[in-house]
Amino acid sequence: MPKVIIDGQEIEVAAGTTIIQAADKLGISIPRYCYHDALPVSGNCRICMVEVEKQPKLQIACYTPVADGMVVKTNSPKVLDVRKTVLEFLLVNHPVDCPVCDQAGECKLQDYYMEHGQYNSRLVDVKVKKEKKAVQIGPTVMLDQERCILCTRCVRFTNTITKTNELGVFERGDHSQLDVYPGKQLDNPYAANVVDICPVGALTDKDFRFKCRVWYLAKTKSVCPGCSRGCNITVEWDKMRPHHFKKARVMRLKPRLNPDVNNYWICDAGRYNYRFIDENRITTPQLKDDLITWEQAIETVVKAIKSTKTDRIGVIASAQLTNEDLFVVGKLFKETLKVANVDYRVGQQPGNSDDFLIKADKNPNTAGAAAILGVPALSAEEIVQKAKRGEIDVLYVFGQDLVKLFGKDVVAEVVKKVKLLVYQGSNINETCSYAHLNLPSAVYAEKEGTFTNCQQKVQRIWPAFVPLGESRLDWVILSMIAEKMGTAFKYKNTQDIFKDIAATVDGFSEMTYEKLNDQGLILNKKL
Amino acid sequence: MDNPIEKRRLELEKYFDAKSPFALLRVAQMKRAWKHKNRRELTWWENTYIPTVVTGIHLTSKHFFHNLNLHILHLFGLCKDQKAAVTYQYPEQPRPLSARTRTRHRLTKREDGSPRCVACMMCETVCPARCIEITAGEHPDPNIEKFPQKFVLDLGKCVYCGFCVEVCPEDAIRMDTGKLNTAEYSRESMIYDKKRLMDE
Ligand code: SF4
Ligand code: SF4
Ligand code: SF4
Ligand code: SF4
Repeated sequence: MPKVIIDGQEIEVAAGTTIIQAADKLGISIPRYCYHDALPVSGNCRICMVEVEKQPKLQIACYTPVADGMVVKTNSPKVLDVRKTVLEFLLVNHPVDCPVCDQAGECKLQDYYMEHGQYNSRLVDVKVKKEKKAVQIGPTVMLDQERCILCTRCVRFTNTITKTNELGVFERGDHSQLDVYPGKQLDNPYAANVVDICPVGALTDKDFRFKCRVWYLAKTKSVCPGCSRGCNITVEWDKMRPHHFKKARVMRLKPRLNPDVNNYWICDAGRYNYRFIDENRITTPQLKDDLITWEQAIETVVKAIKSTKTDRIGVIASAQLTNEDLFVVGKLFKETLKVANVDYRVGQQPGNSDDFLIKADKNPNTAGAAAILGVPALSAEEIVQKAKRGEIDVLYVFGQDLVKLFGKDVVAEVVKKVKLLVYQGSNINETCSYAHLNLPSAVYAEKEGTFTNCQQKVQRIWPAFVPLGESRLDWVILSMIAEKMGTAFKYKNTQDIFKDIAATVDGFSEMTYEKLNDQGLILNKKL
Repeated sequence: MDNPIEKRRLELEKYFDAKSPFALLRVAQMKRAWKHKNRRELTWWENTYIPTVVTGIHLTSKHFFHNLNLHILHLFGLCKDQKAAVTYQYPEQPRPLSARTRTRHRLTKREDGSPRCVACMMCETVCPARCIEITAGEHPDPNIEKFPQKFVLDLGKCVYCGFCVEVCPEDAIRMDTGKLNTAEYSRESMIYDKKRLMDE
């Protein structure tokens, strides 16, 4: 294995590794535009030039493989001079309209120019104007040809990752411009990823356009709840300026690197699946038409449960809940109350899927629910049928839209037969209008916990902000019920619950939040 | 132990238990004691207040007679090079301002009367009083792209620091209206929107 010395630090890497990869391993960041870890090398931007001893010319770090005994300098005066020149060249036809550019603040042109800029412009010529300024090239992406530096990252993405080949570079010389092929649209299910990999503001997000500036955003690590793949994401939310964008908190979701799960990518459906966090929420407990307090709500539930025999209670949980919430569901209903009718499997209607990221199962935690609640005695369908026959008095539903699943008539029938239909969920749907009691619960972005994805990987989510209005975390609501029933759980936070899960549920043993960290661990039955 | 700050810290620690419920009270007490310790005691003669009263009267009369005499001399065309204090009949007679005084803001306009501002939110970001609120919108002209749908400046909060003017890349906001008398009957009317900032 070749040994190289980069900026005085020695490292041994596998043969065929390029200089830029070796430097990344050492934590030395060489500037780059066209190079991207997950894409084939193109080597056209020339900003990654480094000095290699005994070679007369500078080499591009992204394409030069290391050789044994190589001595590389990434910060010599010659290298710095080239960076300055390359930047000057890239900016020759650049409009520099940073004030109106959504990329400003996370733009690599800005970043590198701050470090290596040619601050006294020598430009005398008129800039070559490109045709398209702010045009939509697909349902999610805006193109500004003037800002493009022709790094071809986006082209290589559509060629190699999605294999849809929508984008290309047309014309020659300083008339070159990036565009979609005639008659095509950038409309593949992963299209918006080109926005993330575009190092400048040439491709921007239609959805995020002008909503707020990127430096206002706070970032919280999370996991996409859109399907059982569980792509790692960051929730980016407006912390200080609530007046932006209709007072919504979440401004956008961005994929987060996890090589085992989603690498750098995320599907568009997941990326834009955030509006429910701020819109259409249940914010106050509601009994029929009256808004009530939490004390009254809990009292109603407890009174109903206490006066009902356990085999006449039905619980329909959800694989949208975190492992911690599901564990508390199991603890309250299965262990403490000995209810047999507990199921979570209703939401699993097959949706679209592909062989890249998107999974048919649209719940993030089906594997976790199976591990924690086990195989239920009765399926949710049977529980509902039982309720329809009048054999259930208290039906407790977690976030499942029964109307969508079983139809209006069935639910109307069920509501007539049961004494209390409790709907504990975050968003308003048709089932809410049928339920006797609505309990507002938190959405994933407000929760701390874990999801188990389709690869059996247990992954953490972090709370970005407090639950909206009076809504509360699912496990907190259940703990309040338990306390009122006289069997308090003594959980202070989700960490306590996870400790309990690790101690009692197979496969979770020896896991802790610290060990899961932000990349997750595989659920291992024999760990 | 000659460092006075270190000395004070040690002294405070003697009394101060951060966990005690009266911690804050204790800090306040210590501060007062510290101030008190370093204050000079007044002498008997000073305690009669006579010297202070006499000094005060002397100072006031000095200014009064100085200005009075100068104004009389000015009447006869003498000592014109020495300035005497004047009284402006504000608000009928406004005091002249230097051209660089930071006064109430205005939004500058393009030739067609629309605001020059491109809603880059630089001023919103830099404003230390957080008194600017901008909502950006899509401009029909792709060469302008972005414009402020809403531009709200709360003069009730503004500290007139001028950072917003300094930071604006488009020369879209200026503090050169010469208006300093922003007095209103309610807090709401101190909040200026785009229209008021452009036209008033
Ligand atoms: S791409 Fe970067 S440098 Fe160019 S206008 Fe946008 S923020 Fe400015
Ligand atoms: S649009 Fe962006 S990613 Fe695509 S070639 Fe231009 S600069 Fe590179
Ligand atoms: S003058 Fe200062 S405080 Fe007032 S709006 Fe401008 S930046 Fe804000
Ligand atoms: S800094 Fe200037 S251009 Fe930018 S938002 Fe403020 S007034 Fe408008």
